[in-house]
Amino acid sequence: MRARLWGTRGSVASPGPDTVRYGGNTSCVEVRTDDNELIVLDAGTGMRGLGLTLLGSGITRIHVLLTHLHMDHLQGLGFFKPLYDPNIEIVIYGPPSPTVSLAERIATYLSPPLFPVALADVPARLSFHDADGTFGVGSASVTAAPVVHQGSTVGYRIDDLGRSLTYIPDHEPSLGVLDLAVQDPSWVSGTGLAQGADVLLHDAQYSTEEYPNHVGWGHSAVDQVVAFAQLAGVRQLVLFHHDPLHTDADLEVLRDDALREWNGAAKDLLLAYEGMEFDLSVAAQAAEQAST
Amino acid sequence: MDPGQKSVVLILARELATNLATPMFLIDADGRLVFYNEAAEPIVGKPFSEVGEMDAGEWAALLQPTTPEGETLSRTQIPPGVALLERRPAHGSIAITGLDGVPRRLEITAYPLYRRADEFAGAVGIFWLENEG
Repeated sequence: MRARLWGTRGSVASPGPDTVRYGGNTSCVEVRTDDNELIVLDAGTGMRGLGLTLLGSGITRIHVLLTHLHMDHLQGLGFFKPLYDPNIEIVIYGPPSPTVSLAERIATYLSPPLFPVALADVPARLSFHDADGTFGVGSASVTAAPVVHQGSTVGYRIDDLGRSLTYIPDHEPSLGVLDLAVQDPSWVSGTGLAQGADVLLHDAQYSTEEYPNHVGWGHSAVDQVVAFAQLAGVRQLVLFHHDPLHTDADLEVLRDDALREWNGAAKDLLLAYEGMEFDLSVAAQAAEQAST
Repeated sequence: MDPGQKSVVLILARELATNLATPMFLIDADGRLVFYNEAAEPIVGKPFSEVGEMDAGEWAALLQPTTPEGETLSRTQIPPGVALLERRPAHGSIAITGLDGVPRRLEITAYPLYRRADEFAGAVGIFWLENEG
């Protein structure tokens, strides 16, 4: 599989001169399975740009996997061009609710007066599914599982021909935990999804100093993310869901802080940026093995 | 997903329990006692760190639950067993023999935990010594 990041910011889009390097669009990740099925992780404002690239591409089916329905993960959906193409099937997965269907919850946003077009009126062929357990998308196996955040929220793991990518953009696994690094992993939210992943895209909203004022908000500090990733034995950690108040320079300080805690190679702890790509294909794996 | 990770419902419940001075225990969907908090340790008679997780039959046998009058109770007759097997809340007065060998009379309230309407995650119980009100 291959992945490309279209939005890396958390909470609210934050364009401007201070966020040029890492981007101001909110969460959206394009994943292509080895047999070229398209998976879109979250529908933040980054989804608009992705949609433009799909015009005229001949694509007929898109799988949109929503972690939760906070606006920074949903706002791009209405501006996603394929939504207005009747020849396209869009299969939408999202966190389950005991009372209200996924379609109804999404329609709360995609309906007047918050949005000019009602969800029921969009031309694309839509279907809605609770994200729970494991399901197939082309050559990939996708696993969704609930994680600790505010409200019903899931994370995703995509396994494709022996490589894995885990996506947990909003997550506070350390909530109430004194020291994440020494926890039994079976008692830590998200470890089941992240265990041994080749790439982990994970919430890194706060600095260690900022976190105490945001306990219970559903996000992580960079030191906690590093501890979580190491507990789960991930190969490459990507700090994701940047706080809108953090400038490019602030983010680089956070990465340096994280590197001091990281036991792996510096090249395997990265700041997410718009346009960042990961090649987890069989060909890339073979090339990697040949070079080592 | 790695089957070793506990349900996120139990993870959150354990975090609640660790921050409570009310004695509390957690049982997973298979009936395994997976946690009790520090407040529960004087009643159970040993710290959880010494006891560890226990299968359903094991914890029931160790605690030897009876009615307050001394009549033996099976696991299915005590509130955590009811919450687990009948999937409904239950409350009762029972006597146990703590793991320190001391007999104690308790009141227990237990209720089932569902993550979704059709997904049973386990049960939680609170308990207290009867003379503590």
